[in-house]
Amino acid sequence: MSTVEKFGQMFLAVAIFAAIFGLVLFVVDRIKGRQADRVAAFAFIAPAILLLAWGLLRPAVLTIFRSFKDATGDKWVGFENYSTMFTSSDQLEVLRNTMIWVLVVPFVASAIGLLYAIMVDGTRTESLAKALVFLPMAISMVGASVIWKFVYDYRPTVGSQIGLGNQILVWMGLDSYQFLLNEPWNNLFLIVVMIWIQAGFAMTILSAAIKAIPDDIVEAARLDGVKALGMFRFVTLPTIRPALIVVLTTIAIATMKVFDIVRTMTGGNFGTSVVANEFYTQSFRSNDRGLGSALATLLFILVIPIVTYNVIQLRKADVR
Amino acid sequence: MSSADITSLGTALATEGATGARVPQTYRESKKQKKGIVPTIVATTIAVLWTIPTVGLLITSFRPQIDALRSGWWEAFKEPNFTLDNYRDVLGSDQPIAESFINSIIITVPAVILPLVLASLAAYGFAWIDFRGRPALFVAVFALQIVPLQVALIPLLTDYVSFGLGGTFWPIWISHSIFALPLAVYLLNNFMREIPRELVEAARVDGAGHVKIFFQVLMPLLTPAIAAFGIFQFLWVWNDLLVGLTFGSTDTKPITVVVADLVGTRGSAWHLLSAGAFVSIALPVIVFVSLQRFFVRGLLAGGLKG
Repeated sequence: MSTVEKFGQMFLAVAIFAAIFGLVLFVVDRIKGRQADRVAAFAFIAPAILLLAWGLLRPAVLTIFRSFKDATGDKWVGFENYSTMFTSSDQLEVLRNTMIWVLVVPFVASAIGLLYAIMVDGTRTESLAKALVFLPMAISMVGASVIWKFVYDYRPTVGSQIGLGNQILVWMGLDSYQFLLNEPWNNLFLIVVMIWIQAGFAMTILSAAIKAIPDDIVEAARLDGVKALGMFRFVTLPTIRPALIVVLTTIAIATMKVFDIVRTMTGGNFGTSVVANEFYTQSFRSNDRGLGSALATLLFILVIPIVTYNVIQLRKADVR
Repeated sequence: MSSADITSLGTALATEGATGARVPQTYRESKKQKKGIVPTIVATTIAVLWTIPTVGLLITSFRPQIDALRSGWWEAFKEPNFTLDNYRDVLGSDQPIAESFINSIIITVPAVILPLVLASLAAYGFAWIDFRGRPALFVAVFALQIVPLQVALIPLLTDYVSFGLGGTFWPIWISHSIFALPLAVYLLNNFMREIPRELVEAARVDGAGHVKIFFQVLMPLLTPAIAAFGIFQFLWVWNDLLVGLTFGSTDTKPITVVVADLVGTRGSAWHLLSAGAFVSIALPVIVFVSLQRFFVRGLLAGGLKG
């Protein structure tokens, strides 16, 4: 396809879409009387509902069924894919890594975000500083992976380094280090990238929560002689608790599904694979769609409790 | 922000976000005294440190190949020697990066417009049209946010192939649109409900039907909300790897896929990798920096597809 053809396709797609909707809405607008509301409701809502049913709900159900079949999908195998997931040493490593990611990223990213939000609050360069820390959120995880892979670039100790990480080690008189190859610590160096991205998100949300703390509470505490640390412990933390929980759970969910970073930096090799990456590898590279579906289903199941908790917390915050 | 999925359904509520974020600047500024010079320096230093990895790669992208592979980017400060050759190399018209940049544009435009239109119509339906089963249906759409898109990929791929859409842009457009819907409907619905009932009632009394009310009363008021979600969706689609990798073909793969490939095949050609990465990063960063206000407001209103 040439570039012109591609743009042609794009405009055609948008035009078809606009024409269909224009026509439907035109017709709906003509219909008056008792049925008008029902027709309008259908025309407005049905497209979204039908697409979701076809493209999200139905595939989810199919995938769950698929996870009980073998690699090619010809034969039912019961829980075999799941037992592979929980017994083979490769897959156990995947589960272990995912657990490490989910335990480390949300807490560290939120802690950094919170400390930084407090630290930067009211400084003269606040908005610029916040923008810089937040910037990684706009960069794709692929871009972030390239940025960090360069930091981790390895050269032998003798000779010049081009990766900042190893240059710092050499400046400190240490040997250069294979950040991405040496198991199991390479997992932590991948995790750093996710923290680098998510801390900005945590900071933005928490900073808004801190700014929303009512003046009088802060004043009252100050008059009572509460010092900085006490202010954090007894005023800031309890007030922003709901926001903090939302940040933690949100980052936990994003972390559980992390794929781009692992795929780009190590391809899941050297003992660094995680569930979302393994799902891709099994489904589309090894063509074991049974195991792939089981991994996707696992991801689904893992996300449910966190989302439920998140929603309950939001409800509470809402009622308040 | 990319990969993974939706979440933080209403950070807003927790932080009193939507409203909290609209507190007038002057009020917020006045309530706390400015801190001294030391905290300012510390905070600024950390922000600069946070940016160093990015700056390192950016500087490298402007260094001649021989320098980039021989010495660290910090050496460029000692003897500055910069060139645009790397960008010229990756952007040459027959280069995969150049082609995939176009693909990313082709993918992104419909993948932002389609879900926005579909979702604003649905959100209007849920907010302002009475019909049986409305609450249950809305909760169902809301609940679909927890479905990780991974569980949808294999069956969708099979379908697209059997429809004969394999290798075209359609699978990517359709998938991005569908995956965006639950969050988009939910967020836009929240905004729609904030609009005073009298306004809609008044239009109705004047004889306006739903279509007219939607376009003439609600759309103008919802522009900021739509802009906020549009930016999200743009960043999400542009930065996506998983959907592009699964449904993209040689002809249609987006720039993220090509850059990720390049890391695998030419992992030590840092002069090219750095330039390629920045070509892919540039557009979202420009959009982000220029529209940051909308973006942060959207985030506070609970739209994070992380």
